[in-house]
Amino acid sequence: MKKCPSNMIELMHNYLDEEISPEDELILREHLHECAKCSQHFNDLKKTVAFIQHSSHLVPSDDFTAKVMARLPKERKTVRLSRWLKKHPMITAASLFFALMMGSLFTTWNGEQQFSVSTKENVMIKGNTVIVPEGEVVNGDIVVRNGSIKIEGKVNGNVTVIHGEKHLASAGQVTGEIEEINEIFDWIWYNIKAVMKDTLKTFEPE
Amino acid sequence: MESLVKNRIKAIKKGDQNAYAEIVEIYKNKVYQLCYRMLGNRHEAEDVAQEAFIRAYINIHTYNPDMKFSSWLYRIATNLSIDRIRKKKPDFYLDAEVRGTDGLTMYSQLASTDASPEDTLESLELQEIVQKAILKLPEKYRSVIVLKYIEELSLQEISEILDLPVGTVKTRIHRGREALRKQLGHL
Repeated sequence: MKKCPSNMIELMHNYLDEEISPEDELILREHLHECAKCSQHFNDLKKTVAFIQHSSHLVPSDDFTAKVMARLPKERKTVRLSRWLKKHPMITAASLFFALMMGSLFTTWNGEQQFSVSTKENVMIKGNTVIVPEGEVVNGDIVVRNGSIKIEGKVNGNVTVIHGEKHLASAGQVTGEIEEINEIFDWIWYNIKAVMKDTLKTFEPE
Repeated sequence: MESLVKNRIKAIKKGDQNAYAEIVEIYKNKVYQLCYRMLGNRHEAEDVAQEAFIRAYINIHTYNPDMKFSSWLYRIATNLSIDRIRKKKPDFYLDAEVRGTDGLTMYSQLASTDASPEDTLESLELQEIVQKAILKLPEKYRSVIVLKYIEELSLQEISEILDLPVGTVKTRIHRGREALRKQLGHL
């Protein structure tokens, strides 16, 4: 029996890797045809590959992904926050609105340092003090900013003093509520009440 | 698919952990399979596969987007599996390389004689024999064979994953196939 060419095994593997030139393939085929030993070797190799390829595919446990995620190091806080915000657009919008509201209220609280009064009717103004003189009647609400009010006459309505003091003389009379606002929280509360009142008014029948 | 993965990786690099769950879902079967064939034990495979995903997440900043993400992930999984094999080696002497065979150990020289041809009709049994034969391969042949025949990757991809020249990958596949033939060819 003739000795097999030494490169036959290599050609077989090149064939299995699908990296064989047509000429080499022809040489291989011819040799396999006449050499039982090499033919057996080649068949065994092909069978081996088939066994490996057809080995069953296993799958990991169902909670594989959950387990991996649980073992990951904690992510950065900013990322968690931004994802949370994306998931809850309503809360985000509401809190943004609230923050802006608070901001604007705060600026108006600090910003308006000028004395002002809502009505000029039947009142006297002395410096930063509004006086409702004895015997005079003011119809409607009075709001005084950055000043004080002295009531000696009568007010048919509410009196509100922001950043100031109220002095009610014994003869003075106020039919509505009388309020002094000197703290930021009072100011916020006052604004909220004002908004609520306005809102309710719009719903009231004419 | 590749663009989805690229997109998710960008989100992960920014720190979005939830994007990583999608990546795990996409690759978990492949990675698990790779680890199982390398280790031959379901429990260990699960453990090493999880470890691979965690390593990939932690080192995501070292991932080079020019490389396929799967290749990078398989590299991590292969290396971790090999580390695990080395740690647990019980029969140290059997793994000593046989001189002149470039990495073939006593394992691959042992003929597998524990199965008679009748038994091989039993598919489950055959599975076991095949897995045992793979496990008898030294790591460097085992990894190329698993990547080629279980993961069905091209020589090019395997060369990228293992960071070896294509020629070396080819040689290892040839030797690995020969070693397997000695165990499985007669069935």
